[in-house]
Amino acid sequence: MKIENAIEVNDVSMCFNLSREKVDSIKEYIIKAIKHQLFYEEFWALNDVSFEVRKGDSVGLVGMNGSGKSTMLKIIAGVLKPTKGSVETAGTIAPMIELGAGFDHDLTARENIFLNGALIGYPREMLEDRFNNIISFAGLERFVDVPIKNFSSGMLARLGFSIATIVDADILIIDEILSVGDYQFQNKCKKRIREMMDRNTTVLFVSHSIEQVKEICKKAIWIDQGHIRMMGEAEEVCDAYEDPNEKVK
Amino acid sequence: MSLLSVFVKYRNLISQLVARDIKTKYRRSILGLLWTVLNPLLMMTVLSIVFSYFFSRYGNIDNFPVYLLCGQVIFNFFNESTSIAMGSIVHSGELIKKVYVPKYLFPITKVMSCSVNLLASMIALVIVMAVTRARVTPTVLLAVLPLFYVLMFSTGVSLFLSAVAVSFRDLMHLYSVITTAWMYLTPVIYPMEILDKAPEWVKLIVNLNPMTAFIKIFRCVVLEGVTAPAILHVQSIFWCAVALAIGSLVFRKAQDNFILKI
Repeated sequence: MKIENAIEVNDVSMCFNLSREKVDSIKEYIIKAIKHQLFYEEFWALNDVSFEVRKGDSVGLVGMNGSGKSTMLKIIAGVLKPTKGSVETAGTIAPMIELGAGFDHDLTARENIFLNGALIGYPREMLEDRFNNIISFAGLERFVDVPIKNFSSGMLARLGFSIATIVDADILIIDEILSVGDYQFQNKCKKRIREMMDRNTTVLFVSHSIEQVKEICKKAIWIDQGHIRMMGEAEEVCDAYEDPNEKVK
Repeated sequence: MSLLSVFVKYRNLISQLVARDIKTKYRRSILGLLWTVLNPLLMMTVLSIVFSYFFSRYGNIDNFPVYLLCGQVIFNFFNESTSIAMGSIVHSGELIKKVYVPKYLFPITKVMSCSVNLLASMIALVIVMAVTRARVTPTVLLAVLPLFYVLMFSTGVSLFLSAVAVSFRDLMHLYSVITTAWMYLTPVIYPMEILDKAPEWVKLIVNLNPMTAFIKIFRCVVLEGVTAPAILHVQSIFWCAVALAIGSLVFRKAQDNFILKI
């Protein structure tokens, strides 16, 4: 892996099994096997995708629904293992694929901060030190000891974002999360992401909002049906993506 | 060793997950952890009243309440931990899809939180031993060995079950039937003498049963105050090794496909 790169994606392909009905019990398995109905249908979500991201770069992934953007992010975050190819990353990753994954709804906000922080891999002492920062950024001072099943979805998202960004990770992966929360909180998030970028954090960003991609990212990659369609400066790629003539072709 | 370094790296997560299980389990009950002590005590009372009558013709079992509780504590831990750990991957589906965490932490932390219950039910055993004025000998200290065996065995079985349950969800319903049969093939309630007239194959199964070995060792050191025969230890270590080997092998092979199935 080259020293100046934060992420290297080498010929990654991802294949899913699209069985029409998921078989997940012994009973079904036996019945289907007897009736010779155990079909497997392959679906390649990504085909030989390769790219590199330099340290400190901010890259937006754009593309239609189902083009493979989220699959790519999950592979980089280590959640999915690619069928072929490999991904190399340098440094710590703060994945924000879905905020608040791993919250336990019976526990209070305080307990969830420690649970969620531990899931991301933060040490306990660090979480204790920055506990007040997390709470005040999320604006939840009054609700610290309330079980989060009573929280609104906006409050959960704020808490999740606040925990995930409390330290500078080397790589920040953001999937469609700026669509939650009100206008004020979105701006707070963008400000924090920019501050992290100023401190040399590499950012991977997925959004359907082209404006946000242009606003936050320097570079962009356009993924179309599992292939890289275009790679380059964010403005250029986004304009091409939005160009109606291009889509007709 | 890589396994050890993962444990060190994720020790905070492990303690958080275990604490979560314990907190959510007892949050809504007033008596809280006390139930873990009360439950085996009450069960033991009922069972020993009923069965000491039934088994009286097989000669008097020395201190039947303690005999029963020894078996119960060990078997219940195995039953509870494996049953809960079995669904751990399936129920953590949302999490596994979004964050990278070594997946075997889920079944293992379930077994660990159940072993907290095991320690609490040891209190029940101490109470019953005190009430029945059981003879306490220094061999009691050796009780950690059978407890360690059953912990390792349950971990292996849990790894296996949690991986298989992802592909075959209905196994979770089937498993309670299996553990019931398993319990009757383990001398938890009945004395070993009851098997004298049983067919040979039943005796063979009961004697090969790993749970029998764990419970026998436990009773030797706690109830009878003697060290257990070496053959029982050999048998126990053998079964622990088999369970851990098969469990981790199956789990490792299946873990990359979990995310596609949950």
